[in-house]
Formats: sequence, structure tokens, C-alpha cells
Amino acid sequence: MSEHNISVTVNGTHHELTVEPRTLLVSALREELGYTGANVGCETGRCGACTVRVDGETIKSCTRFAVQSDGAEIETVEGLADDGELSTLQEQFQENHGLQCGYCTPGMLMSADTFLRENEDPSREEIRDAIEGNLCRCTGYHNIVDAIEATADQLGEQR
Amino acid sequence: MSDADASGASDGDGSGAFGAAIERGEDVPLLTGSGEYTDDISLRGTTHLAIRRSDHAHARIESIDTSDAEAMEGVLAVFTGEDVVESGVPNTIPTAWDLPGLVQPQYRMLATDKVRHEGTPVAAVVAETRHAASDALEHIHVEYEELEHVTDPVDAVERDVPPVHDEAEDNVAFDFELGDADATDEAFADADRVASVDLRQPRLIPNAMEPRAALADWEEATGKLRLWMTSQNPHLHRMLLSAGTLGLPENKIQVIAPEVGGGFGSKIYHYPDEAVTAWCSMQLGRPVKWQATRSESYLTDCHGRDHVTTGEIALDDDGTIRGVRVETHAGLGAQLSQFGTATPSYLYATVLSGQYTIPAIHCRVVGAFTNTTPVDAYRGAGRAEGIYVIERLVDVAARELEMDPAELRRRNLVPPDEFPYESAAALVYDSGEYERAMDLALEHVDYEELRERQRELRDEGRYIGIGIGSFIESAGLSPSGLAGDLGAQAGGWESSIVRFDSTGSVTVLAGTADQGQGHRTTYAQVAAEELGVSVDDVTVVEGDTDRIPQGMGTYGSRSASVGGGSIARGAREVREKARRIAAHQLETSVDDIEFDDGEFHVAGAPDRSLHIQTIAHEAYLGHDLPEGMDPGLEETNFYDPENFTYPFGTHVAVVEVEPETGEIEIERYVAVDDCGEIINPMIVEGQVHGGIAQGIGAALYEGAAYDDDGHLRTRRMDEYVVPHATQLPDFETDNTVTPSPHNPIGVKGVGESATIAAAPTIVSAVADALEPFGVDHLDMPITPESVWRATGGDN
Ligand code: FES
Ligand code: FES
Repeated sequence: MSEHNISVTVNGTHHELTVEPRTLLVSALREELGYTGANVGCETGRCGACTVRVDGETIKSCTRFAVQSDGAEIETVEGLADDGELSTLQEQFQENHGLQCGYCTPGMLMSADTFLRENEDPSREEIRDAIEGNLCRCTGYHNIVDAIEATADQLGEQR
Repeated sequence: MSDADASGASDGDGSGAFGAAIERGEDVPLLTGSGEYTDDISLRGTTHLAIRRSDHAHARIESIDTSDAEAMEGVLAVFTGEDVVESGVPNTIPTAWDLPGLVQPQYRMLATDKVRHEGTPVAAVVAETRHAASDALEHIHVEYEELEHVTDPVDAVERDVPPVHDEAEDNVAFDFELGDADATDEAFADADRVASVDLRQPRLIPNAMEPRAALADWEEATGKLRLWMTSQNPHLHRMLLSAGTLGLPENKIQVIAPEVGGGFGSKIYHYPDEAVTAWCSMQLGRPVKWQATRSESYLTDCHGRDHVTTGEIALDDDGTIRGVRVETHAGLGAQLSQFGTATPSYLYATVLSGQYTIPAIHCRVVGAFTNTTPVDAYRGAGRAEGIYVIERLVDVAARELEMDPAELRRRNLVPPDEFPYESAAALVYDSGEYERAMDLALEHVDYEELRERQRELRDEGRYIGIGIGSFIESAGLSPSGLAGDLGAQAGGWESSIVRFDSTGSVTVLAGTADQGQGHRTTYAQVAAEELGVSVDDVTVVEGDTDRIPQGMGTYGSRSASVGGGSIARGAREVREKARRIAAHQLETSVDDIEFDDGEFHVAGAPDRSLHIQTIAHEAYLGHDLPEGMDPGLEETNFYDPENFTYPFGTHVAVVEVEPETGEIEIERYVAVDDCGEIINPMIVEGQVHGGIAQGIGAALYEGAAYDDDGHLRTRRMDEYVVPHATQLPDFETDNTVTPSPHNPIGVKGVGESATIAAAPTIVSAVADALEPFGVDHLDMPITPESVWRATGGDN
């Protein structure tokens, strides 16, 4: 099978790698580069566990081939904390018990993080809409919505 | 937050850990992406397993040709069922619960003769890469002779269909009865009224977000197998692999459950796939990894429920319940999973008394083999199905008697002074204040006023419904002797080790295994409370059979009560040993030593004291211990509960139904749960939230279905709805606290309660909304279409 050399930047670190044309971005991140934060729950774009940010936009990384991301700036859950210090959103997930098994959490955080960049004071309904593509089987979402709402409040206070 | 008063159940003194809403220690790795799930782990030289599965529901295997697949690049080996047989391993996936007259057909790792459901494993490919392994699957050529299949449990036993297993010609695996048939008949004959309901509880697919996975590493030189897997009970897996499947001595198998992404029952079971992974590693001498895809989860994770039931309730005109009679056909799937027999029998029929004093109960359950994915315990397991039946019956009876459904419940609740209450369904309830919880739930929604509003809105052509779900759960599986009498092939105890390290920190080794419940936090709270140390001083270790000698695992809402009970008892022993050392070193008698906030001091002389962490150091120094005392400060505990625990509560839902479109909107969802003493209110609330979500899912969205060819119709996430954030409301939760009198820390468990409560609560609400249309029951999942049909939209 033909292989391609691509380069990506993940959380600010430059990587060069060789992938098959059919290698999914999520597989490249997890298996080739060791960013195992993004999880695979369905591989069909339905669960959101694999959500990462590519060039500023959240995408489900199982819905894209690695070669399509050649040259891209990728951000994953591993990049959210700053030098070991949790981001406000991560802290609020902990404080509000917004995670149980944690499997959906990396994707949920990436969706919420992007959403909050564009929505400073969202309603609970808007928050629910924003995470509609991220399934969680453990929490029933209530505490996740609380966590995102509390993050918006706290970031608002800091502004 | 520290509130020592909240910890009424603990005799420990004063750290205030028990009862506090402490944030979870397990969160940080999960929030930063560093937590390791099975698929995140890689060993040098890891190979990949893909499993060829049958796409027929029922067929005889005529031949399997693996040569093309074997010749493919990167493929290391292709194995069939014959290869497994030839290897000489015991090759059995055992049942763990026997029932009288149970038919137990052979259940092998890879099928050799027949495939009995779509998804049955028939061959295994091991290759250098995941792609190479899955590519090779379609190059395995299997010829089948197709057989007629059956997917419905009633059809399976009543229609003339070929048996799933020759051993069970009529497809009956067991015919189970509980209760007194004669007394029940008499009660029905004497009662003023009888109400009944025919209902189906569809198959549910657990859908833990992490699909099952395994990584096996066989070391030929030592004859040792290490197996990382998505397990709720690593020790049970170790035992079943050893005794039933691979024939390795138990002490040569290490099962490790790393982070596990949800379970809800589905990761209890010993499936063929993980065993095949281990077996392949033994053949090849290389690490082998298997990661299920989501469709494999849908096809092979044990499903839940699948009941077809007729329920009847006999009452007097004043609402007094006289008797309940239930007949159920339970689909077991194509094979008997570990607890697939217990779930629809003892875990189901025994809760049919619900919260009520019912003098006569009889239940018959026909367990049927069908050409479907095996069915076993899914969150709520048996208790969910039983409570659903009794709650639907009470609602239907209220309608029949033209009585308010809350009032009918109230008249029949087991009163607080009747505990321990022996039900007609063979359980002894430990404690309960049912009316208090119900009143609290009704108060939250302002019940009377809400009824008034309902009447007003009806006049305007709007239909709101108020649903009530009152439940009990038999949790904390289980007293070993009792479980053994009922057929269990394993004990019901839990084990732990509580150890002071020599410098004063505490390590707790627990035999349960977490999949998101937060054991590392709650167990630390239990130990800290008993030992008078800070929660931060306690580290909890779970999920590794080489580090934790024994355990039974996490299922049946047992971890807090049985696992936590074991830790508390072990910690108390540790504390007592420390007390003896303190007495010796303070030169006084043990009886004169008081323990407060980690400090042992001489009664009446508070300045003469030693901290328990100092004593830990002394215990390991061993220089100055009481005569004859062994050094060290740790305790291994096996706790066998004397009874189940009985969590309970009442949930209330308010929905609005739009008959024209069939749309259902949940306006409010109020849950009042009583799980006994609360170790960590934040975690309890989280369990309730997640439980409600799964109950609402069952009531409104989920439900697996097979098509006419016996293929699973709901095999992808867009076909089987796992509720999204926009499909669920905010939840309002509250608690009452009625300690379990026999549990060492007074807890009852909360893992399944809300799932049990939510499904009947929602169905009750929708049926209540549709009362003006004469609808008294709708089967789950209640879809807009079923509402529209029920309200006459289709004629
Ligand atoms: S794994 Fe990508 S959406 Fe589910
Ligand atoms: S926390 Fe388990 S799936 Fe969301």
C-alpha cells in the first residue's frame, strides 16, 4: 500500500510521520504519535469521543484521514492544561463532577472549550446544543452542563 | 467541607471524611488525557486480533477455508474453533448461576458446529497491524447451511421452530416459579377488582462509551498470562478463565482492569472474545490486542431485558392490594451468559412486592433460548424489570379504581414499623421510610397544585402527565450462603486489605473494580474516617489481581455496601491493633485508650497521646510492641453481608405530550433516593443522574430490534439512540437517609436505583397525560409514533 509523509503540529509540537492513505486522523494521533487522550467510541462520527481541534475548529477525528490534515495545527485534550495546571474548564469539570468514567471527557472538553471561545454567556439550552454531538453514557449531562456554565461564569468574571 | 455529624454510621473518630462532597482524586488523569484505558496500552511487538463473526442468525457451519487469509501480508495466523479444540484447553464459557432443571448447552470460544446468533465468533485473525487483521476477515471463506431462526422469546417456545440447542427441544432453558400459586389464586378470587397489563420490555444495549477490549501477553518461560481488559470484576474473570476456559492455574493469570470507560453490566461477563485474545497470545507467544468496534459491541455485548409479560393485580375497592400474579417469557439469547439465568429469575421475581405489603405473589418465568445476542444483567438487572411490572400494575389499578395513583401507593406502602419486612416474594427488606421519601418527592413538584394545573390545561386541550415511580432495589449482592442456596456458583463477599505504610500513609487494596463510580475517592473517605487520617493520606488500588489478592468485583450496586463494608471492617481491625500498641507504649490498659481524630490518648490525660500514624511507624519498627504481637499494621478482610441492602425512593416526572405530533417533553424530573448513609453526596448525585438518563433512554429512545432475517436492526449509533444532551432535561435530586441496620457503614448502594425508577416514572407520566384518550399503558420505547397511534392519530 502506498504511504504518505505528512507533517502536523500537535499542541505546538511539530511531528513528521508516515501514514497509509486510509489511516484516520484519530489513529494517527493515538497510535503513531501517542496522543491517546482522544478516544474512539464509534469510528463513525456519532459519539464525539475523538473530538479534537484542527486549525481552530472542532472535528471528530475519526471522520477524517490523517493525510487530509497534512500541515494542520491540531489541538488535543493533552494541550488544555498549562504546564500541569488545569484550565478553568477542566477544573470546573472536576468541581461539578462532570465526568465519571472519563471516556467521553476529552472530546467533551474540546467541544466545550471551542464553544466557550465564541459564546461568553450561554444559556443551558445553548450548552446542550453545543455538546449534542458528544455522547456521555455516565453522567446524564446535567453536571457537564453545570461545569460549562460555571466555566463561562468564571471566565466572564475574569474579563 | 467537613461535617462529622453526617457520618452517623461510622465509629471512626473525627476525620469528617465520611459524608463530605470531596472532589474525585481520579479526575485529573482523565481530564488531561493521561488516564490509560486498555487500548491506550501497548507492549513491544503487540499484534492485533480481529474476529470473523457469523452474519447468519442460525446456521450450520459446513466449512471454513482460511488459506487466502493466511497468505495475506502481515497476517500471522488464522484460527478456527477446531484449532481451539485441538489445543486441548477446557474451552468452556461457563454459566455462573444454576437453576433447577436448567439446560446448560456447550458454549465454546469459537463456534465449531453451529452459529446461533448474528455475531457468533467463528474465526480469529492475528496480524501485525489492525488494518491487516481486519482486511483478512473477508478473505476467510465460511460456508453455511442456513437454518430457520427465532428471535422472540414467546415464539421460541410456542411456535414450532428448530431448537437453538438440541438439548432444549422446546427452547426452554428453565421454567422458574416463585411465590405461592394457591394463595395467589385465592387472593384473586376474594378480591373486589382485578387489573392487568400486557407489556414488553425491549432489549437494551448497554453502550458503555468505551467498547470492550483486551491485551494479552503470554510469557512462555514462566507460563504466565497477563491480560489487560475492560473488566468490572478482574478476579471473577481470572477464575473463569482458569477453571473454565484456558485451564491455566489461577496463580499464573494476572487480570488487570486499567481505566474502564463505563460498564453498566456489560463488562461483568466472561465473553469468548477476550478469552480468544488470551488464547491467541498463548499460541503465538506475542502480545495480542483486541479492540471491539462499536458494531461489535452492539452484536456481542450482552443485551439487557427482553421480557414479554402479563401482570395482574388484585385489590379491594378501598385500594388494598391483595395479590399479584406475573407470567413472563424472558429471552436469554443464544447462550447462557454468567448471570443470564439469575437476572430474569431471582433478581426479577423477588422484587415484585415493590414498596408494598402484598400478601400473595406468584411469578412464573420461562427462560427461552433465541437466536440473538446473549442477554444478561444491564444496569437495574432484573430489579428494573420487576419494579417496572409492579409500578405499571399499580398505575393501571389506580385508573381502574379511579383513585389517585399517589394515594393508592400510599395506602399500600410497607410502614416503617414493619421492618425487617418479609415480602411474599421471599425477601427480607432491611429498613425503609417509604412514605417520607414519597412525600418529599411529591412536595418538590407541589403535587396537589400540579393536579389542579393538569385539569385546567386539559380544558385548554393541553396534556401534561404526572408520573410516579416508587421503587426498592435488592442491592449489595450478596450473602454468600443465600446466593448459594439459590444457585450462585460464586460467593457474594467482598475482600480488601487496609494497610498503614511504615511512614503513616494508608494503602487500601479493594477487590471491586471501578468503571467511573469514583471508588478511589469514596473508599478513601471510608478508610480515612475509620482511621482518623486525611483522605489525601489514603491511596486506593483496584483492578489488578496480582496486587489485590481476592475480590468479587463491581455489579449489583455492591461496591459501597459490600466493598465499603469490607474496608470499614478491615480499618477497624487496624485501628484496634494500633490501640493495643498505643496502650502498651503509653503504659496503660487498652480500655483506657480513647481515639479521637487520629489520636490515641489516655482517658482523662489528653496530653498523653500518640497519633495513629506514629503508631504505624512503631508497628513496622517492631522495637516496642506488646508481648507476642506480630509487627506490621494491616488487615485482610473478607466481608460477607448478612442480607441484601434495600435502597428505595420515589421519582416524579412531569411531561407534556402533544397528541397531534406525539412529541413528549419532560418538564421536570424529580428524584428522591434513599441509599442509606451517604459517603459522598456529590458522587451519589452523579450516580442518580446517570441512572435517570439510562432509565429515560429506555422509556423514550432505546430498544434493540431484529429484522425478519434475524439480523440486529439497531447496530449503529444512529440506529440505536443513546440519549444526547438535548434529549434529556435537568434533574432535580434529593435524598432521605435511612441507614441499613446490618451494613457496617449503614450504606445501601445507589448504582442502579435511578435506572430502576426512571423507566416506570416516565411511562407513568406519559400514560397519565394520555388518560383523556383512554390510554393506560404504552410499551417502551414510547416514540412520537406510538403516542400518535395510541391517541387515534392513525385512524
Ligand atoms: S469515535 Fe469519532 S465520533 Fe465516535
Ligand atoms: S463520563 Fe463516562 S461516558 Fe461520559
